[in-house]
Amino acid sequence: MAETLVKTEDPTIKPMTINFGPQHPAAHGVLRMVMEMDGEVIDRVDPHIGLLHRGTEKLIEHKSYMQAVPYFDRLDYVAPMSQEHAFCLATEKLLGVEVPERGQYIRVLFAEISRILNHLLNVPAYAMDVGAMTPMLWAFEEREKLMEIYEAVCGARMHAAYFRVGGVHQDMPAGMAEKIIEWADEFPKFLADMETLLNDNRIFKQRSVDIGIISPDDAMAWGCTGPTLRGSGIAWDLRKSQPYDVYDNIDFDIPVGKNGDCYSRYLVRVAEIRESVKIIRQCIADMPEGPVMTTDGKVGPPKRGEMKQSMEALIHHFKLYTEGFHVPASETYTAVEAPKGEFGVYLVSDGSAKPYRCKIRAPGYAHLQSMDHFCKGHMLADSVAILGGFDVVFGEIDR
Amino acid sequence: MSEINQALEELGAYIEVKLSDDIESYEMKNGELILHVSLNSIQKVSQFLRDDARCLFKQCMDVCGVDYPEREKRFEVVYNLLSMKHNQRIRMKVSTDEDTPVPSVCGIWPTANWFEREAWDMYGVFFSDHPDLRRILTDYGFDGHPLRKDFPLTGNVEVRYDEEEGRIVYEPVHLTQEFRKFEFSSPWEGMTPILPGDEKATVEEGEGK
Repeated sequence: MAETLVKTEDPTIKPMTINFGPQHPAAHGVLRMVMEMDGEVIDRVDPHIGLLHRGTEKLIEHKSYMQAVPYFDRLDYVAPMSQEHAFCLATEKLLGVEVPERGQYIRVLFAEISRILNHLLNVPAYAMDVGAMTPMLWAFEEREKLMEIYEAVCGARMHAAYFRVGGVHQDMPAGMAEKIIEWADEFPKFLADMETLLNDNRIFKQRSVDIGIISPDDAMAWGCTGPTLRGSGIAWDLRKSQPYDVYDNIDFDIPVGKNGDCYSRYLVRVAEIRESVKIIRQCIADMPEGPVMTTDGKVGPPKRGEMKQSMEALIHHFKLYTEGFHVPASETYTAVEAPKGEFGVYLVSDGSAKPYRCKIRAPGYAHLQSMDHFCKGHMLADSVAILGGFDVVFGEIDR
Repeated sequence: MSEINQALEELGAYIEVKLSDDIESYEMKNGELILHVSLNSIQKVSQFLRDDARCLFKQCMDVCGVDYPEREKRFEVVYNLLSMKHNQRIRMKVSTDEDTPVPSVCGIWPTANWFEREAWDMYGVFFSDHPDLRRILTDYGFDGHPLRKDFPLTGNVEVRYDEEEGRIVYEPVHLTQEFRKFEFSSPWEGMTPILPGDEKATVEEGEGK
């Protein structure tokens, strides 16, 4: 499309510059984009980010490993537990700690619930960007049900801090598994309803089919991951190719798109929700009994009851919640398949109880920087669709 | 797991043979392959890693800086690469200081653009041949590089809205209480032969007060 753009030769005509954001309902947060327009066609996009920069990486360097976990909830606040997962896996790798099997299943279960939470926000938000109001209202009700599950296990609707180094903080309460299955039985009906609103909707298709086409080569060069990459037809999913926790025991498919346009990305996300429901059912069915947190007292805190009886447990508790555990000097780059794409943590430890360096690789960061490349030659209104299709959340991009 | 490690070991040996002048060393850590690349060869090595049939690291996942103030070359720039074809990851590292620019790899992986801008913003590592090396995450007109170890956690300036002037004003950070940095090392492990305050005793004796 960029080739068809006719550059005006008259030097007295300046391109129109539009300031998109920082407060704009379609910017999905605080994004400022300076756009140079040639009529209604975009010539150049310069995203200005950092308006939500909180210095997470610097703060983590000053906190113990356990205190660093809640910062990860606040990155991509739409799917908090997926981020915690990456950090916990990275720290466990440095420590060499094994997570008990039940803990691993619970993590996978909640990572998938987070994925549904994320897609249930992104898909209708994208639909709203291109003109559909109803899915947003419906999906928020479904999100609320999932947040209740969050709340039941950790007490918080969003900022969970549920995944800990060595497992999860506590086991699910009694009857939780049945509740989740009950939800999983009803949920596909909602999904089908939502799809009838969007899949063949004329306006929705006009706004998304053939918009923002990403070729497989471009997707690789620009560091696209997750549904954005799979929408372009590359079947790459870290849950399959580099499985972590118990993903290698679980049977699921990787949906891929055909055209790499915004519509493919939408379809991939909806199909991923279905796969996640499948994974959730398997997790509940296969979950063994047993501890959810590593029994290594140097990493996992003791039970309250134990502390009343055992001096050793009391000392462990005191040490863990004041000094924290020491992590041997080493480094790792550990990535998980977060709902938005590859979420990586590059963790450097120096033998103390605090991380020396914790670089957070957010999928949205790479996606957003490709806006300039993929918007060139599109109409102004399409930039909103492309941005919505990338699924950006500024908590993780600005960090 | 050991098969993966072995494959990576072999890859490391292969790369070292192919690019013996450009690679300082390679090592395995936690089952991850790390290449130490000499500063001026970074573009050549990157090109090789992207295009060689045994590497095909077509995705540059992350570029970041790390600060080691005690070293002579205090900054390390770390590149995390991914090869989908071979399902492998690799890490490249170069060392630099405040003044020596690192050749940019934007021409090889366009996605490195923002990651290098971030490294410049956060650490002040300069990248040569970068098309657009501006600050990215910090405020317009920000001074300093916040992720350096010698940059205070609280920062240097704070902003507030001034009612009288009718605009946002920047002022030096004023802390009503000193920033509390707890060192939770236990007295058994953290104790040094000289305790804080010991030096006063000797000074007093020497001066004979």
